[in-house]
Amino acid sequence: MNFLQTIGRTFLKFLATCGRLTIFAAVAVSHCVRPPFYPRIVLRQIIEIGFYSLPVIGLTTLFTGMVLVLQTYTGVSRFSAEGAVANVVVLAITRELAPVLAGLMIAGRVGASMAAEIGTMRVTEQIDALTTLSTNPMKYLVAPRILAGVIVLPPLVLIGDIIGVFGGYLVATYKLDFNPAGYIKSTYDFMQFMDVVSGLAKAAVFGFLITLMGCYHGYNSKGGAQGVGAATTNAVVSASILILCFNYILTELFFAGK
Amino acid sequence: MTDSTPKIKMTNLHKAFGPKVVLNGLDLEVGVGESVVIIGGSGTGKSVTLKSILGLLHPDSGEIEVDGESVVNINQRKRDKVNRKFGMLFQGGALFDSLPVWENVAFGLLAEKRCTRLEGKKIALQKLAQVGMPPEVGDLSPSELSGGMQKRVGLARAIAGDPEIIFFDEPTTGLDPIMADVINDLIVKCVREVGATALSITHDMASARKIADRIAMLYEGKIIWQGPASEIDNSGNPYVDQFINGHADGPIAMAVRA
Repeated sequence: MNFLQTIGRTFLKFLATCGRLTIFAAVAVSHCVRPPFYPRIVLRQIIEIGFYSLPVIGLTTLFTGMVLVLQTYTGVSRFSAEGAVANVVVLAITRELAPVLAGLMIAGRVGASMAAEIGTMRVTEQIDALTTLSTNPMKYLVAPRILAGVIVLPPLVLIGDIIGVFGGYLVATYKLDFNPAGYIKSTYDFMQFMDVVSGLAKAAVFGFLITLMGCYHGYNSKGGAQGVGAATTNAVVSASILILCFNYILTELFFAGK
Repeated sequence: MTDSTPKIKMTNLHKAFGPKVVLNGLDLEVGVGESVVIIGGSGTGKSVTLKSILGLLHPDSGEIEVDGESVVNINQRKRDKVNRKFGMLFQGGALFDSLPVWENVAFGLLAEKRCTRLEGKKIALQKLAQVGMPPEVGDLSPSELSGGMQKRVGLARAIAGDPEIIFFDEPTTGLDPIMADVINDLIVKCVREVGATALSITHDMASARKIADRIAMLYEGKIIWQGPASEIDNSGNPYVDQFINGHADGPIAMAVRA
């Protein structure tokens, strides 16, 4: 009996959390589209999330592209299909690796700092202070961050796409002696518009998830330094899991039956 | 108490967090232009009382009226309107560390679009001067200030919007006795200059004696004694006597021995 109770309680708790999160997300989104807006804060967040993440995204996708060429080459050369390397690389980078890896890196970099910042504001009563100063904290703190996340992730991933493919090109031409013009041509020929667009759409969703998790956990943190620490961890872990989960769902949506 | 409508009126306020009853039938009135101080030990519900008036917490039952109008369970628009009457000095200052000092002070004014940024800065420097801070402080970040200075900036922010009611949450906690007295003097001076009604909570008796017209003692979620500040020493109430004299022995049993 006790065992069943535990399962039941855990399950109910899970459902309650899902409900709270959904309401939080709905309220946050509704504040994104209703005035007053805070363009100054959105801009600052875009710089914070987008511009300062460029080195991380660049390095991540560069090395991913490079290693991908090596591995793909090893695989396809067993049945003499070396010509497919450029195709596989561009497909993997634009559809999957650039959005997912960029999402995970940004979840670590941005989601954590958001949760820590908002969490600290919560425990030092700054969020209460906002309310007493005629400012809705959901509108002032949460909405601009979510907006910035959704806006800035697609261009970041596009840059990641380019750098990733370029990394592959470097290894293919300098190490594996591919013909540079031929490699670029087959990359270009095989790449489809939908590959890139689906990756960018994923990026926008991931941007939403990362910022939502950072804000939600920070906003609901309690109990001083330890609470803020837990909020940070939860923000990163939940954002990462959700990214991987939604990545599958979105891929299914975009490419089902193809 | 006067015959006219009290500025704040709380009737039979109840609030519990799970099994822990914090407010248990609290009744208190604050007259127009009056300075009332609620004293009481830690965890007796002082902060909960303030947060209930501000709408940061919702009481389980009971009534809170501001200027004769109920403020319990009102919608966001009405709440925003009521909160414009309020100014609040938080215990830790709760200054926004992402903004310079002057923007902290002018935050409420800017949020309500009552002035441009340029005017806001001018008003902020004026308010800072009112609490004895030189204008160069305006461009510093709150983290560069000492605790006493942060409290003073918090005070400047609380009075910046010329509120009708100012709340002080333990204004002298964490300050040395001299700085505490400076803050007390500033509170008395600012409240008089703005012509506001003041409701403070504290466990610092020196501070209570200085800023209060009337003192109310909160114990186990109820007001057990209230009267003019001058009569606090002759209250005839053993709980009050124990509290103001700081005796470990008496009718108030601390949780350690419970």
